Amino acid sequence: MRYSALSLLGNAFSKNKNWKPAWRNPDPKPHYDVIIVGGGGHGLATAYYLSKVYGVRNVAVLEKGYLGSGNIGRNTTIIRSNYLLEGNNPFYEFSMKLWEGLEQDFNFNAMVSQRGVINLFHSDAQRDAYTRRGNAMRLHGVDAELLNRDQLREKLPFLDYENARFPIMGGLMQARGGTVRHDAVAWGFARGADQNGVDIIQNCEVTGIDRDGDQITGVQTTRGAIKCNKLAMAVAGSSSHVAKMIDMRLPIESHALQAFVSEGLKPFVDTVVTFGAGHFYVSQSDKGGLVFGGDIEGYNSYAQRGNLANVEHVAEAGMAMIPALSRVRILRSWGGIMDMSMDGSPIMDRTHLSNLYFNGGWCYGGFKATPASGYCFAHLLATDTPHETATAFRMDRFARGYLLDEKGVGAQANLH
Amino acid sequence: MSSLVKCPHCGLRPKEEFTVRGEVATPRPDAGAEEAVWFDHVYLRDNPRGEHREYWHHSGGCRRWLVLTRNTLTHETSEVVDASTLKTGGAA
Repeated sequence: MRYSALSLLGNAFSKNKNWKPAWRNPDPKPHYDVIIVGGGGHGLATAYYLSKVYGVRNVAVLEKGYLGSGNIGRNTTIIRSNYLLEGNNPFYEFSMKLWEGLEQDFNFNAMVSQRGVINLFHSDAQRDAYTRRGNAMRLHGVDAELLNRDQLREKLPFLDYENARFPIMGGLMQARGGTVRHDAVAWGFARGADQNGVDIIQNCEVTGIDRDGDQITGVQTTRGAIKCNKLAMAVAGSSSHVAKMIDMRLPIESHALQAFVSEGLKPFVDTVVTFGAGHFYVSQSDKGGLVFGGDIEGYNSYAQRGNLANVEHVAEAGMAMIPALSRVRILRSWGGIMDMSMDGSPIMDRTHLSNLYFNGGWCYGGFKATPASGYCFAHLLATDTPHETATAFRMDRFARGYLLDEKGVGAQANLH
Repeated sequence: MSSLVKCPHCGLRPKEEFTVRGEVATPRPDAGAEEAVWFDHVYLRDNPRGEHREYWHHSGGCRRWLVLTRNTLTHETSEVVDASTLKTGGAA
């Protein structure tokens, strides 16, 4: 059923008794053309675009838990395309354009809110770096605006402008950035893919990968063996764990990242704001809770939870940026596992096995990339060539020396 | 993981005193080693779900490099030794 004002009205008159589940809950078939491992945002988006744009419909998405149980439901819901590097910027802008039309496209309310993303700067050097970034964005046709202190004061009066150590001098704004309701992204893609005939199989963990020479023949799962022509990995967070099943080592470490939400407050923070002097970013949900986060924990982890030391650190950074937060109570915190790659950029490529495709290494920037990641991965799966916006995300770029290191910190995963 | 790390020199210390370097990888190759060997050393990781040996630096304490054996799923640390023992094979 297509959701519309009319369907809402019709169901209201029938006392909401006739709503159907948004997607089926099928048993796995013995064989699929494409199996996508990982029913997170990227896996579901891949299935959606694969079935919709590329006409590949005999597809299964295998999810070890329930839909939305991984990073798609654990992030801070921010979307933006304010990237500096040539290889990254067009891809993230492609993603932003997909976000802008997503709800109409998959007929689901994902609450896409382009409320603006502002990155603060605190020194001349940082201003110059942001100017360069803003210019790079504009050269790629992305909107960017450098705000001085007075312009910023009008938008964000509550910041600590006179901070003795890190006075706020201005900010780089991308007005088209914003937030999206992350669960609805998973649900919208799942529903859209399901309507196109994709089997979404939950509680189905891949436990082994069957191969014959350099060909993948299928997977072993907790719900039996399933054969496939092509196998697509979209398991960021657990990429190394799954890759180990075929003795593949990756330029990736898994790290935990925490996020937090405060008690509900009256409208206070209108945009997404990021602190330039520390790692802290905050926005306010429609319910009123401040949604914020900071750095990864710094040690390898698959535990989906963090450490108290980082809770304290994030709270301190938040306080340094917005002193008014001092009396706000944190309601909940949670953790997700990030695929931290060795240059801070994702990997989307074919592999040394002829019908195995890899999508991962999203570090802690995977959410904003969800639609474009799905689109480009679907393109790769269907055509065996990278999408024009994703040509830099090659697996062999580390060996060739063509790193995509936005921060320039080198092969130290916990610093990206 | 608990918020405390048992440094062999300083005893139980808060985690904030430490800087994490990461996986104890393959030994540093010779300068003249082949590119593939260097690539493996610099970029590739085992990144296991479970037991993991990793370098931690007690940067806010004795400033010794330590090797932790830590479970990445439960965050339990089973062993902490001074990194120099990797070469000598003896106790710190």
